[in-house]
Amino acid sequence: MHHVILGAGPAGVIAADTLRKHDAGAKITLMSAEDEPPYSRMAIPYFLSSQIDEEGTYLRQDHGHYKNQGIELLRARAGAVDANNQTIALEDGGEVQYDRLLIATGASPVHPRVEGLDLPGVHTCWTLEDARAILDRAHKGDDVVLMGAGFIGSIILEALVSRDVKLNVVEMGDRMVARMMDETAGGMLKRWCEEHGVAVLTGTRITQITRSKDRLDVALSSGKSLRAKLVVVAAGIAPNIGFLEGSGIKTRQGVKVDGFMRTSAPHVYAAGDVAQAKDLSTGEFSVLAIQPVAADHGRIAALNMAGHATPHAGSLNMNVLATIGLVSSSFGAWDGVEGGMSAATSDADAYRYLRLEFDGDRLAGAQGVGLTDHIGVARGLIGTRLRLGRWKDVLMKSPERLAEAYVACAQGIR
Amino acid sequence: MQKALVIDPVKCTGCKQCELACSYVKEGEFNPAKSRIRVFDFHQDARFVPYTCTQCAEAWCQRACPVDAITTNEWGVKEVHDGLCVGCKVCIIACPFGTVNYNASTGKVIKCDECGGDPACVKACPTDAIIYMDVEQAGFGKMRQWAAKTDTAAQATQ
Amino acid sequence: MGWTGQVLRVNLTKGTCTPEALNKDWAGQYLGQRGLGSKYLVEETDPKVDPLSPDNKMIFATGPLTGTCASTGGRYSVITKGPLTGAIACSNSGGYWGAELKFAGWDMIILEGKADKPVYLCIIDGKAELLDASEIWGKSVWDMDAWIKSRHQDPMMHVSGIGIAGENGVLYSCIINDLHRAAGRSGVGAVMGSKNLKAIAVRGTGGVKVDDFPAFLAATSAAKEVLAGNAVTGEGLPAFGTQVLMNVINEAGALPTRNTREVQFEGAHDISAEAMAKPSGKDGKPNLLANQACFSCTIACGRISKINEEHYTVRNKPEYWHASGGLEYEAAWALGAATGVSDLDALTYANFICNEQGIDPISFGATLGAAMEMYEDGALTDKDTGGLKLNFGSAEALTQATELTGKAEGFGKELGMGSKKLCDKYGKPELSMTVKGQEFPAYDPRGIQGMGLTYATSNRGACHLRSYTVSSEILGIPEKTDPLVTDGKAGLVKAFQDATAAVDSAGLCIFTTFAWTLEDIAPQIDGALAGEWSVDRLLEIGERVWNLERQYNLQAGFTAKDDTLPKRLLKDAAKTGPAKGLVAGLDKMLPEYYAVRGWTEDGVPTNETLSRLAL
Repeated sequence: MHHVILGAGPAGVIAADTLRKHDAGAKITLMSAEDEPPYSRMAIPYFLSSQIDEEGTYLRQDHGHYKNQGIELLRARAGAVDANNQTIALEDGGEVQYDRLLIATGASPVHPRVEGLDLPGVHTCWTLEDARAILDRAHKGDDVVLMGAGFIGSIILEALVSRDVKLNVVEMGDRMVARMMDETAGGMLKRWCEEHGVAVLTGTRITQITRSKDRLDVALSSGKSLRAKLVVVAAGIAPNIGFLEGSGIKTRQGVKVDGFMRTSAPHVYAAGDVAQAKDLSTGEFSVLAIQPVAADHGRIAALNMAGHATPHAGSLNMNVLATIGLVSSSFGAWDGVEGGMSAATSDADAYRYLRLEFDGDRLAGAQGVGLTDHIGVARGLIGTRLRLGRWKDVLMKSPERLAEAYVACAQGIR
Repeated sequence: MQKALVIDPVKCTGCKQCELACSYVKEGEFNPAKSRIRVFDFHQDARFVPYTCTQCAEAWCQRACPVDAITTNEWGVKEVHDGLCVGCKVCIIACPFGTVNYNASTGKVIKCDECGGDPACVKACPTDAIIYMDVEQAGFGKMRQWAAKTDTAAQATQ
Repeated sequence: MGWTGQVLRVNLTKGTCTPEALNKDWAGQYLGQRGLGSKYLVEETDPKVDPLSPDNKMIFATGPLTGTCASTGGRYSVITKGPLTGAIACSNSGGYWGAELKFAGWDMIILEGKADKPVYLCIIDGKAELLDASEIWGKSVWDMDAWIKSRHQDPMMHVSGIGIAGENGVLYSCIINDLHRAAGRSGVGAVMGSKNLKAIAVRGTGGVKVDDFPAFLAATSAAKEVLAGNAVTGEGLPAFGTQVLMNVINEAGALPTRNTREVQFEGAHDISAEAMAKPSGKDGKPNLLANQACFSCTIACGRISKINEEHYTVRNKPEYWHASGGLEYEAAWALGAATGVSDLDALTYANFICNEQGIDPISFGATLGAAMEMYEDGALTDKDTGGLKLNFGSAEALTQATELTGKAEGFGKELGMGSKKLCDKYGKPELSMTVKGQEFPAYDPRGIQGMGLTYATSNRGACHLRSYTVSSEILGIPEKTDPLVTDGKAGLVKAFQDATAAVDSAGLCIFTTFAWTLEDIAPQIDGALAGEWSVDRLLEIGERVWNLERQYNLQAGFTAKDDTLPKRLLKDAAKTGPAKGLVAGLDKMLPEYYAVRGWTEDGVPTNETLSRLAL
């Protein structure tokens, strides 16, 4: 049995490890298009802030891990998949035969159609290679413009601030982290940034970037312009599915998988940022490009590839973010479900906010700012669909008692 | 042989000796806010519940960690390696029990590691509400089942 | 170490919160909490100050062991001039609040002046600020607690504050923390109310360190073993709470009954620990559901009780159907024996209200007992009481009176003056069972002679917690003495007073001394603090604290004449029980007591005594 995994991000690596655990004799090939040991994009901000060196970003810290596990690392990029013949054509000309294939090719940054995004000094922040380039250019006192204040942009934001650059953030949406949190939370984050010396221009587009000598001029939709030594682009990501064109493997947003992480082609599975899999909150199939989901996908796909039929009940969308030390998080249907009730508590001065969304007497979603103690229980409550009973009434009045409610329900204190 | 912390809330009086012992061993001071075990006070229901990590077999925190900073030791305990932890906090949202917490003063996460097989909370508990015993004897499966409910895989696959 | 070294000074008039360094010299001489707080009060205020004026200060003080793993190391005291007595007041409380203050980085809070509108003090670690309390002024302690936690989105906050009684100057209103732990006596709540300060909310995420961790851990572990192995602290108190005493004291003929007309209560068994443990109500559950420990306490004597949902007091009030702090012995006595009421659920309800509105059940029950006697004697009429039928034994009278006093409404306002002022007002001063204006608790000095001297000489007015000779006279701890004799009681009382003052200054609970002697305590303090801390040093500190408090009271205007007991105890002999025919033999003990204290015949510390104690 030959398992081939395309992509050496968290989904790919966890799949490889899981396969080894459950299929001791199989041949496992882990293919990576990047010329790096498998690493984690989640760790890049900490590399940028010099908290860790490059090795600190590696998904497996044991240098001999892949060798010891009998996992073959192959540096190659897949050009096409022939599902009928169970082969992968490599971009550099070779071909790999597989018995089971996992597509875990992840996503890539989106490049909006803005003139000047290809200029030197304009970088995405997605790969280790990108990070090295940014490290080269972002030094104390440098003018830096960050394009995009979504989740990824906001994570990069903290790393850039830690490098003591003069930072301007330009976000075309009406608030920061709009796909993770509501107006109240987004507004709190923005105010926090501004209080810490970072200008955040929401509702603003970058219309053009031009270069004169060693300086970039960033023109804004407001008519103003910003000067910069470096522009970091974080305008969103899209699944890497282009190479599947013509393969017969169905794609829409991403690679469509069923409840067992199987794609439309026999023996082909998908996981991670590239997979369009079940969302626990909505019941629909969508791309949830986050680390914990990639980890779930990778494991479940691998179990199925190894012959242990394991249904995927759906993954939960969740995010955690630190913005210049202010921690925020969101879980599941943070914006509410139809007919559900909602409770919120907010202390603007203290930068604390918590909003809970219920589906009947079950928690459906949550978002918080400034809270970290026991926040994982939000995942627990949403994931188990635990009925809160009278604790729902308690939470409607006092959302901050979420951890108590969880422990109480788990202990039968109702 | 895998051992586990087994908690009997009925015996707990809410004295917080466990939190004091834990924080002393882990932080070198008495500091319940940094204890890896926490006593929840439900005195209106006449109940106090010491609460900490169950060391689940397929640990969400461990799987979610992007930098391999959480490992399983020979007793099945999930340990955070401070040198590797970057403080990204993915594990604190991934843990459905809420038992991995963020320590803002160090920028790392903290969780129970059973003190290397000799848990301080157990020794400190005056009423034997927290004991440390063999997993099979402890009927620990119940907690595991509970844990499994959160899993995105509907079927246990340990 | 043992100390954070930081004191928070809050000037309510100016609205300022200012940190300052703890006076380490004083800490060396007065240890902490009761002793050290009293030293600050003595140094900073005039003993003649009107207790309810802005010039009075109040001090929330922890001890060096507060916030450590020493068993019961979670306590704090409120030190101020008491409005009920006009004497120095020091009320001690457990729960979790004191330790939280330490974790926030503060040893002590000094409150001075008066806010121009209701405020609460919010302390989150190093940040302290006075915030608007207009939304919680007029609310009960329970509602206030929930509001503050919700307002700050932090269920782990701990709140200490006053209910409606304290806002309205009920002279025995207390300060309640953690919903049902009280700095209970002498009306410290009214002082807080007079300053327009509703509450102090604290959240601390810092740590407490001690001087020598290995020595400290060894000493505290050994001491915990002692508590666990002792019949009272290891078995009696966890199982029965202080209520273990109800039947014992009744048998001893020392249970003051119906305003101390009698010394035994026929309903004692119905309100005892045994009754609390008996299944009742339609769910078959007993009144007592669990025992709760205060912070760091390995005894866990606290009662968590529930009122029978069918009971008339709560039948239509589901908001009282949850469990909360249940009856301790003193409260059960005051609300029960002192009023002749033996309805356990009514007592539990009254106790809930006392906690919810912040009133001291001892003074309240004793005052109600006095009112009942005046009512039955005709000194109080229905017109005076607003229609309340204050008959001894009436549960309805008890529960209605508690509600009215808690909210300072109707006749409750008069009850809120305390028994001394109430009996004076209605021309029956001899019916007030008080010393220095404070109602005495649940031990009749005719049946336990040492308690007569204890009450008469207590620096905060009649009190059992200043020298609990019951321990020796009834329980035989540390050695048995005869409760019916006066011989040797002067020395016994002094020894208990000094040791207690030391324990109260350490951050520990006095209940530990059922099992511990200072030999167990000294090594714990020695491990926590720099320097040498011996038993002798602690005893000297205890004696110093006692004399400091005495000096304050003398300067406040008290004299030896105030070291006395109500006439009823001195003249009317006990009618039943082992003490039948006995009166309290205070006259036989007091002169000897002054002598062993090194005081003049007028009860004034001699210069020699003062200089010996470096006062």
